[in-house]
Amino acid sequence: MTFLLARRRSRWATPVLLMFALAIVGVAYAAIAAQNASADAPRAASSTQIDEGRKLFLEGCSSCHGLNAEGGYQADGSVAGPSLIGAGAASVDFQVSTGRMPLANPGAQAVRKKSIYTPEETAALAAYIASLGPGPAIPTEEQYSTTGITPEEMALGGALFRANCASCHGFSGKGGALTDGKYAPSLTNTDPRHIYSAMLTGPQNMPVFPDSSLRTDDKRAIIAYIETIREQPNNGGIDLGRLGPVTEGLLLFTLGLGALIAVAVWIGVKAK
Amino acid sequence: MTIEPTGEAPETPLPVHHPRRSDIDPRAAKRAERQVGFLFLGSGLASIGFIVAFVATPIDESMYIPFFGDVNASNLLLGLLMGLSLFLIGAAAIHWAKKLMPDVEIVDQRKAEASTQEARDELLDSYVTGIDQTGVKRRPFILGSMFGALALVGLPAIVLLRDLGPLPGNVLRTTMWTSGMRILVAETNQPIRPEDLTVGTLISAVPEGLKEVMEEEGNLNELAKSAVMLIRMDPSEIVSDQTPPDAELPWTYQGILCFSKICTHVGCPLGLYEQLTHHMLCPCHQSTFDLANSGNVIFGPAARSLPQLAITVDDDGYLVAQEGFTEPVGPSFWERG
Repeated sequence: MTFLLARRRSRWATPVLLMFALAIVGVAYAAIAAQNASADAPRAASSTQIDEGRKLFLEGCSSCHGLNAEGGYQADGSVAGPSLIGAGAASVDFQVSTGRMPLANPGAQAVRKKSIYTPEETAALAAYIASLGPGPAIPTEEQYSTTGITPEEMALGGALFRANCASCHGFSGKGGALTDGKYAPSLTNTDPRHIYSAMLTGPQNMPVFPDSSLRTDDKRAIIAYIETIREQPNNGGIDLGRLGPVTEGLLLFTLGLGALIAVAVWIGVKAK
Repeated sequence: MTIEPTGEAPETPLPVHHPRRSDIDPRAAKRAERQVGFLFLGSGLASIGFIVAFVATPIDESMYIPFFGDVNASNLLLGLLMGLSLFLIGAAAIHWAKKLMPDVEIVDQRKAEASTQEARDELLDSYVTGIDQTGVKRRPFILGSMFGALALVGLPAIVLLRDLGPLPGNVLRTTMWTSGMRILVAETNQPIRPEDLTVGTLISAVPEGLKEVMEEEGNLNELAKSAVMLIRMDPSEIVSDQTPPDAELPWTYQGILCFSKICTHVGCPLGLYEQLTHHMLCPCHQSTFDLANSGNVIFGPAARSLPQLAITVDDDGYLVAQEGFTEPVGPSFWERG
C-alpha cells in the first residue's frame, strides 16, 4: 500500500490508472459478451410427459400465463403473459431452451440467459403446451440441418436474408436496436434449431415467417447463409462487432483523437 | 551557449525566462542528447524491421493478438513498424527542439509588406506600355472577336447539362402493379394464398412478372419502385387503413395488409417490423410507420404515410392487387406537389 501511496502524485499515476480502468472495462465486457449457450432437446411427446409438463408449467409459468395457459393479466389490466394455447411446441422450445422464459424480470424484451430447465423438462413443457392447441412443432434436424446445401441455395438464402432479416439483424447478422429498448439479437452464436424456431414462431416482436411463406428449404438456405457469414475471415483483427460506422467512429474519436491530443499537448508543453 | 534576445523591446514585457535543466546541468543535457539519439536509432531500426518483415512474413499468415483476435501478421507488422519509424523521427525532432535547442523568447519585428515606391512605379509603367504594345486600341476587331470567343467557350459546358435529362416523365408516379397482378414472395417468386400467412407474419413481396421487366429494362428500377411487404395482423387490431370511403372492396383482405416497402423519406427499403406494436421502422433514419393505423408516420423524418396497395384474392385463391398504387411510392419529389 505504501508503495502505491508514495507514487500517487507521480506524473505516471493518471495514465496508469486510466489504462487500468480501460483494461478492467474491456475484460468485463468481453466476459459478458462471450456468454452463450447451445442446447439440445429431445422430442416426441407421451402422456406422462404432458403430465410432467403441466406440473412444471403450474410451478414455473402459471403465475403470468394463467393456470390453464389462457393468458394472465396484471392488476392494472395489462398483459402479464400472453395466452399459450396454440403457441406450439416450437415456441416453448425456443423461449425456454434459450433461457428467455421464464422472465427474470419484466422489461423491454426477454433476454437470453442460461436455461433453468433440463432438456427433458423443456420437452415436457413443450409437450404440454402443444397438447392445448395446434401450433408449430419443434423443427426436426432434417428441417434445419444445412448439410448438402448447394452454392445456389446459399445465394438464395443470402437474398432472402437481405430481403427479410437484414433490416433488423444487420447484413452480418450481428443484431441491432429497435425502439424503446427492444433489440434484434445477434445471430453469431444462435443454434440452427433456434433460428428455425424463431422464424417459425416470431418470438416477441419478431414477425412470423411460417413454412408457407418461407418454405423449409428457404429457411435452411437462410440458416446456411448465416453460418457462412459467421465463418468469414476477419483479418483486420478486432471487428468492433461489425456494428458499423458508429462504433468505428466512436473508437476513432476516443482513441485516435485522444492520442493526437496527447501528442499535441506534449509538443506544446515547455520543457523543464 | 546562450543567445541574447534580439530586436527591439516589446511593448508588453516578456515573461521571465526560466532556464531548463538541460541548460544548467551538463549531465541533463547529455542525457537529453542520448534520448534524442536513441529515438532516431529506434526509428532506423524500425525502418530496417519493416524491410525484414516485408520479406520474411508470408502475406497470408495470421497471428493471434489477445483482445484483437486473429490478425494478418504481415499487415500488422508492416503497419506497426512503418508507424514506429515515422513517429520516432518526429518524436526525436521535437524532443531535440524542446530540450536542447535554444528556447529563449525572441522578438522579431514584422517587416514592411509593401514594395518600394520605385518598384511600384516601374510595374505600372510596364503595364501601360504592354497594353500599348499589343495594339488593341488600334485594332478593335481583335479585341471584339477575342471577347466573343471567350464568351462562347463556356456554352458547351452548359449544353452538357442536357445529359442530366431526359425528364423522368411519369416514371416516378407509376409502378408496374396493375389490377389482378399476383403478389409473389420476393426472391423465391412463389404466389401466396391468404392462409399461407399467419397472424404476425411479415414477408417481402414483388409483383408477378417483375423479373421479366427488370431483364427488359436492364436495371433494378422497377424493383426499387414496386417492392412491397405483406403483413397479417388480427383484424381487431387494425385501427384504420387507407381504403377510400367510396371503394367497392376494402383494401385490406382478412387482416392482410400490403404496404410499399420503400420509405417515403429518402427511399430506403423498410423492414424493421415489431409485430406486437405494428410499428415499421426504416433502418436508415428511424422513420416509424404505424401499419395498424393507415401506415401513418409516428416518428422520424418521413413526411408521408406509407402507400398501401389494395389487395384481394383471384379465382384460384391467390393474393392479387386490386389496382396499382393510387399515389407515387417512395420519397417526395419536386413536381409531386
